[in-house]
Amino acid sequence: MAPESLPYPSISPQLQFVLKCKTALRTIQRNESTMKTLLRLLQSLNPYRLQLAALVACVLVVTAAALVTPSLIRAAIDDGLVKNDANAISAIALTIIAIALVRALFNFGRRYLAERLINQTGYDFRNALYDKIQHLPFSYHDQVQTGQLMSRCTEDVSALSRFVGQGAVEMLNVALLLIGIIILLFQQSATLTLIGLIPIALLAIATVFFAKKISHLFLIVDQALGDLSAALQENLTGAQVVRAFAREEYEKVKFANAHQKLYDARVTVVSTWGVFMPTTNVLIMLSTILILWFGGQMVIAGTLSLGALVAFNAYLILLAMPIGELGFIVNAAGEAVAGGKRIFEILDVQEEIASPKNAPTLPALTGRVTFDAVTFAYRGDRNALHAVSFEAQPNQVVALIGPTGSGKTSIVNLIPRFYDPTAGRVCVDGFDIKTVDLKSLRSQIGIVLQSSLLFSVSIRDNIAYGRMDATEEEIIAAAKAARAHDFIAGFANGYDTMVGERGVTLSGGQKQRIAIARALLMNPRVLILDDSTSSVDTQTEYLIQQALSELMQGRTTFVIAQRLSTVKRADLILVLDDGRIVQRGRHAELLEQGGLYKEIYDLQLKDQEQFAREMMFLDESEIAEESGGNGSGRRAERVMDGA
Amino acid sequence: MTLATATQKPKPQTISAPAPPHDDIIGKAYDPQVTRRLLTYLKPYRANILAALAMMGVSMTGYIAGPYLIKVALDGVAARDANALVWAVGLYIASAIAMWIGTYARVRIMAVTGQSIIFDLRRDLFDHLQALSLGFYSRYAVGRLISRVINDVSVLREMITWAFIAVVRDVYDILGIIVAMFLLNWQLSLITFLVLPLMFIATEIFRRRARQSYRKVRAAVGWVNAVLNENIVGVRVVQSFSREEYNHRVFAENVNGNHLRATNEAALVASVFFPAVDFIGSLALALVVWLGGLAALNVFQFPGTPEFTAGTLVAFALYIERFFSPIRDLAQRYNTFQATMAGGERIFELLDTPIEVQDAPHARELPQIRGDVEFENVGFHYSDDPTPVLEEINLHVCAGQTIALVGETGAGKSTLVKLVSRFYDPTAGAVKIDGVDLRDVTQNSLRRQMGVVLQDPFLFSGTIRENISYGLHPSTSLRSAQDVNESAIEAAARAVGAHDFIMQLEKGYDTLVGEGGAILSGGQRQLISFARALLADPRILVLDEATSSVDTQTERVIQAALERLLKDRTSFVIAHRLSTITRADKILVIEKGRIAEAGTHAELLEERGQYFELYTMAFAERA
Repeated sequence: MAPESLPYPSISPQLQFVLKCKTALRTIQRNESTMKTLLRLLQSLNPYRLQLAALVACVLVVTAAALVTPSLIRAAIDDGLVKNDANAISAIALTIIAIALVRALFNFGRRYLAERLINQTGYDFRNALYDKIQHLPFSYHDQVQTGQLMSRCTEDVSALSRFVGQGAVEMLNVALLLIGIIILLFQQSATLTLIGLIPIALLAIATVFFAKKISHLFLIVDQALGDLSAALQENLTGAQVVRAFAREEYEKVKFANAHQKLYDARVTVVSTWGVFMPTTNVLIMLSTILILWFGGQMVIAGTLSLGALVAFNAYLILLAMPIGELGFIVNAAGEAVAGGKRIFEILDVQEEIASPKNAPTLPALTGRVTFDAVTFAYRGDRNALHAVSFEAQPNQVVALIGPTGSGKTSIVNLIPRFYDPTAGRVCVDGFDIKTVDLKSLRSQIGIVLQSSLLFSVSIRDNIAYGRMDATEEEIIAAAKAARAHDFIAGFANGYDTMVGERGVTLSGGQKQRIAIARALLMNPRVLILDDSTSSVDTQTEYLIQQALSELMQGRTTFVIAQRLSTVKRADLILVLDDGRIVQRGRHAELLEQGGLYKEIYDLQLKDQEQFAREMMFLDESEIAEESGGNGSGRRAERVMDGA
Repeated sequence: MTLATATQKPKPQTISAPAPPHDDIIGKAYDPQVTRRLLTYLKPYRANILAALAMMGVSMTGYIAGPYLIKVALDGVAARDANALVWAVGLYIASAIAMWIGTYARVRIMAVTGQSIIFDLRRDLFDHLQALSLGFYSRYAVGRLISRVINDVSVLREMITWAFIAVVRDVYDILGIIVAMFLLNWQLSLITFLVLPLMFIATEIFRRRARQSYRKVRAAVGWVNAVLNENIVGVRVVQSFSREEYNHRVFAENVNGNHLRATNEAALVASVFFPAVDFIGSLALALVVWLGGLAALNVFQFPGTPEFTAGTLVAFALYIERFFSPIRDLAQRYNTFQATMAGGERIFELLDTPIEVQDAPHARELPQIRGDVEFENVGFHYSDDPTPVLEEINLHVCAGQTIALVGETGAGKSTLVKLVSRFYDPTAGAVKIDGVDLRDVTQNSLRRQMGVVLQDPFLFSGTIRENISYGLHPSTSLRSAQDVNESAIEAAARAVGAHDFIMQLEKGYDTLVGEGGAILSGGQRQLISFARALLADPRILVLDEATSSVDTQTERVIQAALERLLKDRTSFVIAHRLSTITRADKILVIEKGRIAEAGTHAELLEERGQYFELYTMAFAERA
């Protein structure tokens, strides 16, 4: 069946889309030179030339030993039994043991060297991929899903390393066996050889055909399994909605439908297997039948020795085994090449964002950030920023405000050079960031976003993530400033507590504070943050706001702002709309101007202020009494200062 | 101190790579309890399994007869007896046909049977998951559940469809060959079996070593995958902190290096075993050639056995070759069995998880309700933790009132509202609707009259129409979306202000929303979930207000929609928006599982208590 017409009516439209993309990709890949990929794959064996040579030597010895064994049986019959020579029999028995010993030793070498090659090439490919993936720019990661990269690093790598380390050598083995056996058989009887090879040839054709068919069927099973997993995932993730709307029965029907498709696909696979498996066996038996029938008559007629007849049969069986696997090896080779192409596609991606050659290292920054007519678009998308210009002076707080998709995130992504602008320049302290060493740039920029990603290492190592040489005191100081020390000290293992599945589950607010400590420890000159704190309780929110304030001290700070307190303290507010700065200035000025800022203020910020004012109004006297003692009093005081 | 810190060096060996995951894959190779449970799933298919075994008997007989028929043919040829050759070849053809038919039928029957057993098991798992209460879901990660239902069941499938039959076949094979060899010449057979102890020793050593190395490899693979996954997901953080080189070193040396070492070790074990087994097989062959050859030459005689011919020698050699491959197979299959038993144990553990909230035997249908909700001295704690989550909750909500719940995370707000939907049963006191204790009615009849809007509005990957009509009853058919009155869906969407953006989508209401509603923005998803709740027209609504920020336009629409949604029904709102709180008929301040304060906004401000404290802090700081 042509891949273009694969009908998967059962599967979800998203998957259908993915499949279409895959098919398109495959067509493109096919046009590329398969030989080139194959050569490149084999080149990965270069560092292991000696090992490979040893492996080939082992294969040669093992194959030779395998070829000798049937002729020993022949000798036992023809020279021993027929000629009535007991000494010959004993000698042959000893030879069998000797050859078996040699074969066992070299077989060990062959297996072990092949497995090692598989493991080593796998190791090399995984390392190369990992390194590459870590260096690929954000724009690449925006378009590729984690699952895809994972399957490159796992499935594709194991498919191709198995082929490179073993499949290629196996093919050599089959070729040698085939040539050796045909030469040996022809010497005995050309006609009998041709007759005996007919079923073997059929077997070769059958396995190639079958391997192709079964791999296609497995693809359908994979799809069905993927659909079932997706259905299950959705049901489990939405468990509360299902319960809330009492739709359990409906969900059962939905699941059963996906399940039935998997069932059908699997039954088809196994049934196909059920035809293939006995057929291969029967073909091997057929070759025995033909040899017995024709060879037997030749022995009766005296044109063939009895031993030769037995050896004939043994040789054909010897040949049948690897031939039976030939189809799968060919298939595996195809998969390896396809996997190789996908892997090289990643390895060959240009690293658009990298330090230029001999790039100067940035000195310690003062923190002046300049956007000079910056235009920017995400790959293949319309412009996210249009000729944006502004300058942030050292230690200023710059608040970015605007509707979703207005370009706030794009601006902050350009400062650490996660992307390059399509036009214009981004400068720090007057250096165009494209011309300087990337590491010296990024190590002076700290980033804290609303959802903080931590790694499954200890809390200590998470805080020291950007500065592995930090001392214990520095780590604790950072945690204290980030208002994280208290809850960390509350864990039984303190700073050694592991984060993630194998350790503690941290709440959103705790994660955020560890991320703040992580940024603080780097002591960055430029800071990028998001002041929103969602899904945390009031107490935590207060702590986070305190930690953020601490973090902002004495650095140039860019804040994606959601809070009135932030915009009020900002030295420069940039109001963004559709990738353009539509208003800029300080809070009071902008409020005066009206426009988008006023609109946002009215809808999102104003009630915060109103409420605050209401509170103050209500109990000014009380606050005065409590001031200095009670926390809320102090806070209200600060509000008064700001207002 | 400075001296001490100066010598402190980064320790790349111990830090920055997640610890290798614990090994939870290997269990016992045979677990009678798991086996017994599995057998109950096989029971309905007894007849099929017997038929498959019978068919295997047919094919294996054909297979085992082969070498014997070759002997007959060779003896015939040696004696220049063309007749014997015709007979032998004829029977050989017959055995080939028997083998084809037997194998085909067996595989065919087992394909259907095995898949049916797996189908039953997975269906039971899913049905059980649908019945389990939400408390269970809060303890179990979705990923783990998926792994139970997909991976562990697949391991069992592997076992039932292949391993089980293969083991039976291997045993049958071994026994058949032993019988055939004994029939040919029992003395030589016994002598040949002298190598068996060697074989068993080799297998036993291999089995132990393989078990260890298999475990190490599995752990190493898990570690590699975990690290890869984490660093791909977190690649932006990695780059922000310029950790690329360092991470690469850790990966190459520790994580990937560990994998390399573990797989090489496993390779060594397998590479020694298989050639060793071959060698032992060759020893047996040499014995046969030597003793058999001498017997055929009448150098000595095996008393009381048929004449030892060249054919006998060949048949013996063929049987020996076949004899060792099932033994090798069985040794290899050992690992599969361990994985199966461990998987089976986890599956049955899940199936045995008790369902906490169940309809009482006498439960009746809840009639059409007005929406009066009463908490009578309600207390609650989770089944696995005696710490009270709620205590002494007394509350009466009149039909049509809006109740706003405020308080810190973990104070018990969401638990309290979950009791109204009976996602949990109270451990003390009673929750009543219109005076009826919720434990006396069926969950289904209760929830049909309740609406729930979650903080993170979960959508299913169908069309917008299907999502809005998700709560409509009664219908278990998949066609419910089409059955629903089109205008009702549209009206609900209009009422919450979602109609406009829906019509702007390419396919309108038939637009597919993608997994989890991926194509829609957070605000849009929220509006769809409002429409979904509105269309179900519940008498009681439970709403957890979302806190994530949306843009100005959407915020305006959402506020209007909320108002519309809350109108004329009893509503419990876990509130974050000031506007929602101030508008509520009653505000409950929940603190440490108790109702600390209750009243309207104005009343509570007057009181200067907890509420006042909470909101000066929250909103004053923001301003």
